Formats: sequence, structure tokens, C-alpha cells
Amino acid sequence: MNSTFFKLDWISIILFFTLVIIGWSTIYSTTVTPLDQGLFDLSKPYGRQLLFIILSLVIIVLVLSISSKFYERFSSIFYILGIFLLFGLLFFGKTINGQTAWYSFGSFSLQPAEFTKATVSLAMAKYLSGLNIDLKQFKHQLNVFLILALPIGLILLQPDAGSALVYFSFFVALYREGLPGFYIFSGLLAVLLFASVLLIGSLFTALIVVFVVAAILFYKTKTRSSRLKPLVVGIFSLAFVFSVNFIYNNVLMPHQKERFEVLINPEIDIKRSGYNLYQSKIAIGNGGFTGKGYLKGESKQGGFVPEQETDYIFTVIGEEWGFLGSVTVIALFVALLIRLLYLAERQKKPFSRIYGYGVFGVIFINFFVNIGMVIGIIPTIGIPLPLFSYGGSGLWGFSILVFIFLKLDSERKTLGS
Amino acid sequence: MRKFFPILLLSFTSVIFIVRLVFLQFVDHEQYAEIARKQSSKAEYDYPQRGYIFDRNGKLLAGNQASYDVMLIPKDLKEFDTIELSKLLNIEKEELQKRINRAKRYGYRRPSLIASQLTKQEYAYLQENMFKYDGFYIQKRSLRDYDLDIGANFLGYIAEVNQRIINKNPYYQSGDLIGKQGVEEYYEEKLRGVKGVKYYQRNNFNNEIGSLENGKYDVDSEKGQDLKLTIDADLQAYGSKLMINKRGGIVAIEPSSGEILALVTEPTFKPSILVGRKRSRNFTDLWYDTITKPLYNRALQAQYAPGSPFKILTGLIALQENVVTESNTVSCFGGYSYGNGRILGCHHHVSPVRMKSAIAHSCNSYFSKVYLNTISKYETPQLGMQKWQEHLKSFGLGQYLGYDLPVGRKGFIPDSSYYNRAYKYPTYKWYGTATISNGIGQGEILTTPIQLANVTATIANRGWYKRPHILKAINNNPIKDSIYNVKNYTTIDRKHFEPIVQGMKEVYEYGTAKWVQIPGIEIGGKTGTVENKKVIDGKVIQLEDHSIFIAFAPIDNPKIAIAVFIEHGYWGSRYAARIASLMIEKYIKGNITRTDLEKWLLENSPKEKYDKIDFMVKHDSILENLNFNE
Repeated sequence: MNSTFFKLDWISIILFFTLVIIGWSTIYSTTVTPLDQGLFDLSKPYGRQLLFIILSLVIIVLVLSISSKFYERFSSIFYILGIFLLFGLLFFGKTINGQTAWYSFGSFSLQPAEFTKATVSLAMAKYLSGLNIDLKQFKHQLNVFLILALPIGLILLQPDAGSALVYFSFFVALYREGLPGFYIFSGLLAVLLFASVLLIGSLFTALIVVFVVAAILFYKTKTRSSRLKPLVVGIFSLAFVFSVNFIYNNVLMPHQKERFEVLINPEIDIKRSGYNLYQSKIAIGNGGFTGKGYLKGESKQGGFVPEQETDYIFTVIGEEWGFLGSVTVIALFVALLIRLLYLAERQKKPFSRIYGYGVFGVIFINFFVNIGMVIGIIPTIGIPLPLFSYGGSGLWGFSILVFIFLKLDSERKTLGS
Repeated sequence: MRKFFPILLLSFTSVIFIVRLVFLQFVDHEQYAEIARKQSSKAEYDYPQRGYIFDRNGKLLAGNQASYDVMLIPKDLKEFDTIELSKLLNIEKEELQKRINRAKRYGYRRPSLIASQLTKQEYAYLQENMFKYDGFYIQKRSLRDYDLDIGANFLGYIAEVNQRIINKNPYYQSGDLIGKQGVEEYYEEKLRGVKGVKYYQRNNFNNEIGSLENGKYDVDSEKGQDLKLTIDADLQAYGSKLMINKRGGIVAIEPSSGEILALVTEPTFKPSILVGRKRSRNFTDLWYDTITKPLYNRALQAQYAPGSPFKILTGLIALQENVVTESNTVSCFGGYSYGNGRILGCHHHVSPVRMKSAIAHSCNSYFSKVYLNTISKYETPQLGMQKWQEHLKSFGLGQYLGYDLPVGRKGFIPDSSYYNRAYKYPTYKWYGTATISNGIGQGEILTTPIQLANVTATIANRGWYKRPHILKAINNNPIKDSIYNVKNYTTIDRKHFEPIVQGMKEVYEYGTAKWVQIPGIEIGGKTGTVENKKVIDGKVIQLEDHSIFIAFAPIDNPKIAIAVFIEHGYWGSRYAARIASLMIEKYIKGNITRTDLEKWLLENSPKEKYDKIDFMVKHDSILENLNFNE
């Protein structure tokens, strides 16, 4: 235990807890009222969050006290356990806001999807670190996709599209481990084309595609195969561009369409479907350069922004701490993420490295989607800001996820040498 | 290469986030801050008491009474029993719904007026039930209260602002009150004070959660300022009393200061009828009364030919232009012949006459002659006419006087270009004789009663006037250093006024007004009779003359200058001279000794004439009054 203590990466830990503390003080700011007494008032979110933080310390100590071999060896068991927990929700789950995502124990609820991020990471790392696994082979790709598809499918049944989206972050790790670039490339291209069609229409998007493909063909005419690729991509892109409207109108649910509509045209329906985003932007914009000051946000005090202690917590940072505070928080996240990448790359064991990339991906996608949604650059997707948003499951899930990795990292030399 | 993909993702994300934050928190910051402030605050208005209006002796002309309005903020509206509320407000259910819809159109977050000026009983009952109606609240305001109930024509009235005013001036909101007409309009900003506003921060459940930014945007209400007018309430009331059943105006001015002592117009109305819930019905009645025109301020707006009092000005100009001296005489053979056998008739009096007695006897021949001499003194009649017009302008004629009331007319003093146009100069030439009726105040000249009163004050001062005005003090601080304290000198030398004044004195001693003398007071005056015609059914009909009189007293050290105008009052001394005489006595002595004269005025009026004319006008298809050259 003592040896582990000194070998832990303290930079990550400090960044982790700095974010947790800023997050808690923001929760305090959103939910404190003049009549409250004491920080441990369990009827208040900030009081409960403080308890969650303390409990997370217990969990962290537990996580760190277990040998890293244990995680590797039992990763499949953890995965299966996680799948069972998700499956069990279908029968025993508690429904909150239309999502059957919680197990309820008295006044506390647990959200298994927050914990399966870690178990899926472990399982993936275990599978990919297998001796003859080659992600160039379609069979192996299929297995990995199955590992991911199972939790994604169960989470979509809750239904919680936001949490399901998180599992796509594992493509970052897969790409690092040799998954053909085709997947990432076509995924990003699809997103780009989809956004482009919604913003400037299918005709203009198609023209741009044709123009770009023609330019590539014109400059890259050395070999036949190098000409074929852009052509195929161009044809598929065009097909996709003209099917976007169909997808938009027939596949997306009405509330999902609304989320795109309010993003493209913020003035639309600011009383109903556009309300969250409109209020969120007002709060952040109101902050200006230095912010209104801690506890002094007008929009926050008015409670105009919904869910401001959970999904919209970044608006409070924006309003009370202004541009300076917002950039600081973003910088802290980026620092933590870069540190995690650095740690992952220094692992000698593929299992640890792959797991590290999984951790990076999960935190990154939460960070990107949450803040992106709050500041209005991607459509509303309800996922929390990691380490910030109120909620025990989220905090514990991220604690377990990160500290398993720090434990793996702390034992890297003894294992590697 | 694949190692750098996550770094690329992170950099890309950070840049996008920061650019977006720059837009939100720098570029559009002001705009978002404004919305945040507005939506998180609720404004509570505090309407200060409107300033009181007193007369020159401190008598209260306009005070205040409390009034209660029901307001609505549509955003906060919840389901409620419309039938019950419409009963409480004493309006139809459909009408209530209509007003609610109008409020929604006006603005979801802005307060709109639903029912105005509730009585105390209605208020008390409604107050108990108000909690049932979310979005509705009661706004206390102050309404006018008129003790003496006089002077509607110069006080003006208070009305709710309309949409046009709200759009023009952001100070006002739906349901706010504003001064209309008279002193209330002219001194609106002083009288209204400053509306107080407190912003409360509130959450989206509409609960107040403290003051907005420690009251940074709050405004303290300031009580309206009290105005002391130059009006003498007793004299004003007495003037109104004497004007019973008559039509016309009285303007009395203190010559030394230009202060308006009385401003009477008849027909008029009591100011109290434009207060409370009857206001709009009463106002409509007044507005549509196009026969007696009670909203028409005859003392300020009516333009009549001045008639004989104008001869005084003709005389003064002639003296100044040296075309006559006070001792020159003119023979009068019962009229003045100005060529081709045309004769301007005259009254019976001794002949020949000089200036003083010409005024006393209002000799047409004399003034026609000196007028012609004035015009023809110069090389061309145009030059003479120009000079004549300049002299008249220095008396404030033919232009706005610049008094502090919102309505007025310029009157009309013709100049050479007017006659050039009329006579198609230079194709045809014209001479002074063509304009001869100007000399005796008929012709094209138009003056308002207040202009005539000002001319009278100027004569009383022997050559200067201060602009007539109605405001004496604000919050008991006398008005100083304003345009109303400046002496405006006429182009006539002081020495020429004395013979004229003596002539006006003789009007009372031997002349046309000798039977309305006031024992113990030396008065200078001049009667007038103004011909007037109306086109009725396409025919020009000669109507009963207007009766006119100007006077000032005492001759030395004048205290009051007055002009009285009675429409169709027959000749000058029948009504106008009597009224002027009583007004002067009332002001200088404070009481009336000639009660028989007063009684006669209360009992007599040209009412029959009015009925006859009104009947003709009512049944006329083409309404056109020749007296109003427009």
C-alpha cells in the first residue's frame, strides 16, 4: 500500500480533485439558500454531494488497495456483471424523467451505466491485449463491436441516448490499437456532412463534395487506386447527403429534431424546445469577462437555466466566473486529459495502455458533448460534466474509472521489468 | 501518427470552445446581460403625487385624490373565473377578454391597464379577492381633485397615455397618466415628478428573491413640483360668472409683469367632469360638440378682426411716422370718402377732430385718413405697408406670443407681399386705399383675445410689454431670468403714447363707454364692433356684430389690462365694456358696487342670436366661416 502511495501519479490526482472541488463549490452556489445551515445538510444537493465525495474517497482507497492483476484477470467477470446490472434495470429499474436508469435504495439511487464505463473499458483492454488480436481483421473487429454493442443496446432501451453515445468514445482507443482509419474517417465525415446539410442544405453540400473530390482527382493522379478511393468516397458521400433529409425526417424522433432546429435557429421557440439553450446562452453571455462573482449569477439565482447543478452546471461557471473561469475549467480538463494520454503512452503493457485510452475517451466525450451542448455548438444531449455535475453514481463511476488506471500506472514498472 | 489523433481532437475542441465563449462573453455580452437583467427582475412602480396647482394668492386650483387601477402582466396569467372578475370590475365578460387580449399584444412581460380609476369601494372589495387572479394587481395612482372647479381651459386635464405617446417617449407605459392641454400639458415634466421604480430579482416561478444588483437600476420617485399660477382665482371665477350664456373670451394681464390674471373662455366645462370613470364619456361629448366647441380655447385660439381698438395702433403708428401730430385735425362729415363715391361711415360726433377725441369717438374718417397718410408716406405703397407691418409686429401681433400654454394662433397682419399676391402685382397696381379697412381694424387683420390684451398692456406700459405667461412660481420659487422677465419694446416712442392714453381715458369720460365708469378709478379703454359674415348654404350672410372691448386701469401705474370679446354681442359697449368694467372693479377694489350692472349681465346674453345662428349652421351643408381666413 505504501509503495503504491508514492508511485501514484499525483499530477492526475491533483487535477482530478481540483475539478471535483470546483464542481462541488458550483453545486453549492446553485443550490444554497440563505436559510440553510451547515454544509452537510443532506436535504440539499451540495450536502449530499459532499457525502458522495467523501464516499468516493473510500471507494478510491478500495480501488487502489486491490492489485492491478485482479482487474486484468477479472475484467470479463466485471463486464458480465455490468451487463447484468443494465439488463436488470428492465425489470427492477426506477424510472426518473422517463428514463429507467436507476436502482433505488431508499432515498439513494444508483445509475449502473456510470459504472459500466469502467467495466467495458476493462473488458475491451483485456480483449485487445490478447496475443493474436489484430484489428485489421474483420472477425476481431466484429468481436470488439459486440463488446460495445451489448451495453449500448441495453442503455438505449432505458432510453438514454446520451450515455449510449459515451461508448462510441472507445473508437479513440480502437484507432490507437490499429482499427482501420476508415471507421473514424467515415464517422467524422458523416457528422460533418449531416451538419452541413442542416446548415446550408443538401444541394450546396453536394456541390462542395463534388468540388473537393474533383480537386483531389486533379492533383492526385499518379496511380489508378489512388484515384479510385476519392471517387468511391465521393459517391457514398453524395448518397449520404441526399439521404440526410430522409434520416432527419423519418429516423429522428420529434424531440431530437427540435434539438437540431434550436441549434441552427436559436430564436425559434425560446419558450419551449429552445428554452434550455436560450437560457444557457443568456447565463454564459451574462458572465462577460470576469463574471458576476461567486454566488451572484442572476440567471442562476433566478433558476432560469434548468438542471443547473447537473447537465447545465457549466452555465454557472460561465455566469459567475466569466470568460476567465470558463477557460480555466476547460484548461483543467484539457490538462487532465493530456496527462491521462501521457500516462497511457508510457505503459508497457498493452492492457494498461488500452485501458488508459478508454479512460481518456470516456472523459473526453463527456467533456466535449456536455460543454458543447451548453454553449450551443452541438445539439442537446443529456450527459453530465464529469467530476462536476451533481450525482453520486457519476462521481463514483469516474473515480473507479480513473483510479483503476492510476493503480495500473503505479504498478507499471514492477510488472514491466 | 495514431498517437496524435487524441491530441488533435483536444486542440480542435479547445479552440472551438474558446472561440464560442469569446462570442458569448465578449461580442454578445451586452445583449445577453440585458436579457438576463430583464427576465430576472420585476419592476414595481411608485407613482408620485402630481404637483399641486395654486392661483397667485395660494388658492388650490388642482389637488390630488387617490385612484386605483387594475393592471395585468399577461406572462403571469393563470386560469381564473372570468365571470367573477368581470363582475368585480363591473365590465362585460367579453370586454374583459378583449382587454386581456390587447394586453397580450402589448407585451407579455409588460404591465397593461385592464380597468382604470376604481372607486374606493370597488378597490376595497377587489383587494380582498385579488389573490385569486394571478397576473393581476392593483396600481395606485393619483388623480386630480378640483376644489374650485374652475379654469378647465388653462389647467388642461389628465388622461391615460395612448400608444403613440408610449412609442415616442419611453418614460410612459400603458396606463400611465399624462397632462393634456393647458398647464398640465405645458408643465407636464414638472408636475408629474419622477416615477419611481424598484427592480426585484425573481426566479422563473416568479417569486421575488431580493433586489436586483442591490438596487443599482432602481429610481427613487420624486414628488411632482407645485406650480403657482399668475391666475387670480376670484377674478377668473367672476369672469366665468359674467360670461354666462355668452360666447367669447376674457383675457386680463398685469401690465408690469405680463402675468395673466384671468383667462376666461365660454362655453367651457368644469374640470372635474374629466376625472374618474365618467371621463371618457364626458370627453367624447365635449369633443363632438362642434356647435359651441367647449374644448376650443377662445381666449387663445379664436382669431377675430380686432375692430375699433385697432384704431389706437393706427394712431400710434401715424404719430411715430410723423404723418400727423396730436393737434392736427381732420374733418368728419359723417364718413370718409375714398374715391368713386365710396364712403366709410362714421358715428355722430363733433367735427373736426384731433387724435384724442378721435379715439374717444372712434372716428372712422380720422383713422382712415391717418392710415392712408402712413402708407403713402413712402415712395410705394409696398414700402409703406412694410413699415406699418413692422410696427404692428413689435406689439406681438401676427405671430405667436410665446406664452406658456400649449395652444395658440398667430393671428394675421397682412404685409405688402400679401397684397401683391391678392392684387396680382405687378400686372395690376394697388394703393393704400385698397387696404383702407386695415386702418380701422376690419379688413384682413386677425388677432386673438390674448394678443389684444397684450396690446392693451403695452399701451398701459407706454411702449413695452413682457410676454404674457401663466406660471408665477415653482415650489414657491418665483420664475426669474426667463423670457418672461424681459421687456419687449415697441417701435413707437414713449412720448406718442400719452395722447393716445388720454384719448382712451376720454372714452370713459365722454366717449363710447362713459356710462360704465367706475367711481374712483381712472380707466383707459376702447370699444369695438366687428362686422362678421358667414357663408350659409352658399350665401354670404351678415351676422350680428361681435362686441369687443379693451381697457386698462388705473391710467397711472396700471394694475390690469383687459380684452373682452363677445361673439355676436352687438356693439362694443353692450356686453364687452360692461364686463371689462366689472372685472377691473373686481380686481382693483375686490368688491362690486354696481350690482345692477352685474345683475344685468347675469340676466342678459345674445342667446337668441346664438340659437338662430346655430340653427342655420346645423342645417348648412357647407361649413365655412369667413372670419377664419385659413
